[in-house]
Amino acid sequence: MLSKQRRIAAFSTAVIAFVASFGSATAQKKYDPGATDTEIKIGNIMPYSGPASGYGVIGKTEEAYFRKINAEGGINGRTIKFISYDDGYSPPKAVEQARKLVENDEVLLIFNPLGTPSNSAIQKYMNVKKVPQLFVATGAAKWSDPKDFPWTMGWQPSYQNEARIYAKYLLKERSDGKIGVLYQNDDFGKDYLKGLKEGLGAKASMILAAESYETSEPTIDNHIVKLKATGADVFLDVATPKFAAQAIKKLVELEWKPLHILTNVSASVGGVIKPAGFENAQGILSAAYAKDGADTQWDNDPGMRKFIAFLEKYYPEGNKLDASVVYGYGVAQTMAKVLEMCGDDLTRENVMKQAANLKDFTPDTLLPGVKIDTGAADYAPIEQLQMMRFKGEKWDLFGDIISGEVSN
Amino acid sequence: MSAVQEVATEAPAIDAVPKKAMTLGYGSSLVMLALLIAAPLFVKNFIIFQMTMLLVYGLAVLALNILTGGSGQFSLGQSAFFAVGAYTSAILMEHFNVNYALTLPVAGVICFAFGFLFGQPALRLSGVYLALATFALATAMPQLLKLGVFEHWTGGVQGLVVTKPDAPFGLPVSQDMWLYYFTLAITVAIYIFSVNLLKSRSGRAFMAIRDNEIAASAMGIDVALYKTLAFGVSASITGVAGGLGAIAVQFVAPDSYTITLSISLFLGMVVGGVGWLPGSIVGSAFIIFVPNIAEGISKGLSGAVFGVLLFLVIFLVPHGARQVAMVAQQLVGKIKKN
Repeated sequence: MLSKQRRIAAFSTAVIAFVASFGSATAQKKYDPGATDTEIKIGNIMPYSGPASGYGVIGKTEEAYFRKINAEGGINGRTIKFISYDDGYSPPKAVEQARKLVENDEVLLIFNPLGTPSNSAIQKYMNVKKVPQLFVATGAAKWSDPKDFPWTMGWQPSYQNEARIYAKYLLKERSDGKIGVLYQNDDFGKDYLKGLKEGLGAKASMILAAESYETSEPTIDNHIVKLKATGADVFLDVATPKFAAQAIKKLVELEWKPLHILTNVSASVGGVIKPAGFENAQGILSAAYAKDGADTQWDNDPGMRKFIAFLEKYYPEGNKLDASVVYGYGVAQTMAKVLEMCGDDLTRENVMKQAANLKDFTPDTLLPGVKIDTGAADYAPIEQLQMMRFKGEKWDLFGDIISGEVSN
Repeated sequence: MSAVQEVATEAPAIDAVPKKAMTLGYGSSLVMLALLIAAPLFVKNFIIFQMTMLLVYGLAVLALNILTGGSGQFSLGQSAFFAVGAYTSAILMEHFNVNYALTLPVAGVICFAFGFLFGQPALRLSGVYLALATFALATAMPQLLKLGVFEHWTGGVQGLVVTKPDAPFGLPVSQDMWLYYFTLAITVAIYIFSVNLLKSRSGRAFMAIRDNEIAASAMGIDVALYKTLAFGVSASITGVAGGLGAIAVQFVAPDSYTITLSISLFLGMVVGGVGWLPGSIVGSAFIIFVPNIAEGISKGLSGAVFGVLLFLVIFLVPHGARQVAMVAQQLVGKIKKN
């Protein structure tokens, strides 16, 4: 008797569950342009040509990553169609390509468009059209502004964020330091300076001098001579790779030995440190959020092994030492995660909702402990970095994972 | 150099009043205009936006055509004039809330003054040297726009976002379509002005200078005045194009107006046919659409594919669209005779 009752109960639960799941499945299958039962179309804009074409490998890595996803059965049974256009790093061209993607190709969203000028150019359009402009490839701080631009989200730590981490470190280790800053006279340089001042807060007077240079200058030697003359004993070097390498060499020439902090932008071993000479770069500090393909300590790391296996199978011409390849892999993985979380509700609104609902997500290529966290009011996915010191021929990570979030 | 030399050597074959050499016949002009008016009714907003850009770059190429094809002076500095026009419109619209239509004449006047003043030192230079001087102007402009002194107005490297105008009087057309017809009206007006300018006394003076400066001055033409005037007119039209471009793209930033833009415009002029005004629109189409085609063929080698396509055009039709139009005209003529 009891067993019969149980059976009936089990059966009716099953029926209810079935009906419920059926009902919810049909109710939840919601699509905006770009999504169907079999396919999700996502757009992308990259500078494959022009002055920033070096970053084009990011787009190629992403294309390869979605090829891998499709080969493995897609996301919730849907294949990803990745449409990537070239804007040559020109803002008007970026607008043309964004409109082409949204109005002509009818993509669900635009993922990881590269460059601060290009993203600034399309931001208003994307927000008026209510199409997600997700995980933009720039370090400017302005992408985390959910109140004014609810359809735009960044990915990597912002420059300001990174500068605040250096400020935290300096306040702790060198609270009597006299800081000399060299910065590039553009948004990149100014964001760092702003972040440093914010991070130092009441002790912003520690900044003794801030020298700016133009990218058109052949060398930055005279700026460094000036900074040395001020008597600074901490040198924050906010320069792009070519100038960073010059600065490292010039410091040795001048026999100036301050605490040298190099930004993550120029922390590439192959692109900056090696040309400047390993012997000249000992003891330099910087910070990182992703694993370095050149660093042997990750040889047995499961995440990096997955990354290397991916490169071998789907993108053999990709260079694992290139930070852009590591970057493309990590950001594409985040995109895939968001689409997975969307389930069958593939509306643009839900995409943004899920993107703002990432909790402790860790792509394979991020440093252990660095996590992606977002919220309805927090549109800055990665906010943590770890300090590192150059020793021998590689970076040594040290200390805890530090967050650059503003604590208020 | 060669383009101008060719124009110069060809010149004797042109009528004294170079109407036909410079323009299309009335019939073809009207057909072209009808096409431009009707086309947006059948296409998506995105295509309308591309057509607006086609007209904008068409205007800029036309301006260069007046300067190089008309007065025989080179300029690689058109992007600087384009930038000044774009920023004038953007700053007036965003900081002073001036109506977008009113910003264009201001942009035109400011650029005229700028071009006229730049024409003064340029008087001492000719040919490749003038090209180099204007080249310097084009490379300097993006950096000037980034200067801290102007940052309050220009927005520095971040640029300025421009609000797109709605159609007036509650007309039931989309923003894109309204802007297209607005641009078309201005383009047609400037085109008619340019054709008349080149047919006028001043235009003949331009061409006399182009063909032989010494002979022109012997005939009593004030060479210095007309040369700087050509610069001024060209800069002015480029400035209006820049303003329209800023409104259409809704954004201005220093990186939008690099030397690449100048070179593209120069390319457009050569492909369209130096000195042939209707070719400007063909040249503009070339610089907008051919890079897209090249990208469609190969993403990694888009630059190389573009180069090959450009080479083919220069090799097969060195006089650009003008040559194609002339061949077509002869064919039509033959068919009519038969």
